[in-house]
Amino acid sequence: MSSLAATLSDSVVITKRNLIKVKRVPDLIVFATLSPIMFVLLFRYVFGGAIGGLPPGVSYAEFLLPGIFAQTIVLGSTTTGASIAEDLQKGLIDRFRSLPMARSAVLVGRTVADLGLNAISIVVMGLTGLVVGWRINSSVGEAVTGFLVLLLFAYAVSWLMALVGLLVRTPEVVNNASFIVIFPLTFVANTFVPLESFPSVLRTFAEWNPVSAVVQAARDLFGNTSPLAPVPDAWSLQHPVLYTLIWVVLILAVFVPLSVRGYGRAAGR
Amino acid sequence: MYAKEKTGGELSVGGPSVRGMTNAIVVERLVKRFGATTALDGVDLTVAEGSVLGLLGPNGAGKTTVVRVLATLLVADGGRVEVAGLDVGRHADQVRAAIGLTGQYAAVDEYLTGFENLEMVGRLYRLGKRESRKRAGELLERFDLIDAANRPAKTYSGGMRRRLDIAASLINRPRVLFLDEPTTGLDPRSRLAMWEFIAELADGGTTILLTTQYLEEADRLADRMVVIDRGRVIARGTSDELKAQVGGQRLEFTVTDAAVLPRMVERLRPLGVDDPVVDEQARRLSLPVSGGAEVLAEALRLLDGDTSRIFDVGLRRPDLDDVFLALTGRAAEEVASDDDTTAEPAMTGGAR
Repeated sequence: MSSLAATLSDSVVITKRNLIKVKRVPDLIVFATLSPIMFVLLFRYVFGGAIGGLPPGVSYAEFLLPGIFAQTIVLGSTTTGASIAEDLQKGLIDRFRSLPMARSAVLVGRTVADLGLNAISIVVMGLTGLVVGWRINSSVGEAVTGFLVLLLFAYAVSWLMALVGLLVRTPEVVNNASFIVIFPLTFVANTFVPLESFPSVLRTFAEWNPVSAVVQAARDLFGNTSPLAPVPDAWSLQHPVLYTLIWVVLILAVFVPLSVRGYGRAAGR
Repeated sequence: MYAKEKTGGELSVGGPSVRGMTNAIVVERLVKRFGATTALDGVDLTVAEGSVLGLLGPNGAGKTTVVRVLATLLVADGGRVEVAGLDVGRHADQVRAAIGLTGQYAAVDEYLTGFENLEMVGRLYRLGKRESRKRAGELLERFDLIDAANRPAKTYSGGMRRRLDIAASLINRPRVLFLDEPTTGLDPRSRLAMWEFIAELADGGTTILLTTQYLEEADRLADRMVVIDRGRVIARGTSDELKAQVGGQRLEFTVTDAAVLPRMVERLRPLGVDDPVVDEQARRLSLPVSGGAEVLAEALRLLDGDTSRIFDVGLRRPDLDDVFLALTGRAAEEVASDDDTTAEPAMTGGAR
């Protein structure tokens, strides 16, 4: 086998292994999808009435869903770190490292399985969104691109989380540490409220926050904006898809090599 | 036939030995540091093809570090390490294809069934789907896990997990097998079963390096032993050679009241070949003796029926604690980083 084919085949074996866990522990997927449903309902009905400044003709449900999508899948990516830390703790990484398998396969298999989980939670959230009034007002092609942009960004974040998991080595710590970073990152953004309401410093941060770009890209591609809405000031939000892709490439370029190297040096207990 | 090794190993390390036997493992002047700590400080050892080496030492001695370097999980800071004729630094992937590793903690995926675990490892050894499944079936059979083959490993007992872990490390028919404390934490019955499995493997010609804290375990399984402490080899040889270094057997009394100990010491002193050791807190008296059961009979005669305070009496052969006491002047527990040795069931402590 050529080394690329071998890496792929190893990665498939590991992805399968990770997905079997989802099958055996269905609670995982239930809870992973319950919280986004809860978010959709809470924001739609609790805050929805109080949030002003929406683009004319756009309902809060339409404004909200792309934001919830982005927040949930970025949070979903932390699974990668927690699972890697768990594998380290249980000595499984030692076992894998003692096998003549591709160095990157454990991480590729992990991130791909988590991509699958994120795809499932997007479907669940989307269906919930349709129930509470969210609609896609664009072409099928644009809508598919919208979902791809979301998943691609989440996939890149998974690689960052993989490194966190390798360094931190305790699943609980991965979860707690990433919440501290991910909550501000997903809230100081256009996720739940329009940026116009932010104080100026926060607003600049939010405009250049990649999460805002991901959300903006999804809104544009799902047709959840209005032609009457003002053009955003920041370049990042005028070209949200491009800006998101730049972040995706940057994150992958930095964290894929770092994580693979970290895996090669990782010691179990 | 390993007489040469007793001199320290320097003469026979490296390549085929004088008798034409090949060494499956060669370690020369191995050094490994973690930051400012030197975990291994010039370890030398060899394991002849098809033989079993017991690597002994207390927790924190460096046993696991040796195994991790040999199994390509850690990179050495100095020295030469060859496994199956290959340098582990330069040919890590080829070494990995030739070895099996069972770590201290059963590295099985709890959510996968026993069969799925083995199939996965087979696939990652690149055995192909059909061969992986065939080997998985054979090994489940051999390790008495066939009834549990389709249950997630989460439901397995500690002994079953350990067996599954060893089965996984055998799936590629390794030439060299590393077993890092394969019975730590197992109950006595599972431990005995594990010993049988390991003995069978050794009989089948697999070269095995086994780490353990228990001399009895090494005694049962290993052809030769190397004792390390604080990253250095402090003794090597066969079980009998080690015990000879430590000294012969001892007569041990445990009493219900420490007050009777001085009187017993006086009466028993003539039997001893060396000074008695009294541990008042443990209410224990230990007397180095020579000879067999007749010494015990003689001791009871000397006590002259004054035995009502005696809780336990026995002739003991040295165990690893004694080896440590003799070689380092410290008990194994004193150097142990945690207390596995004391929590351990009565496998090494009983009279033999």
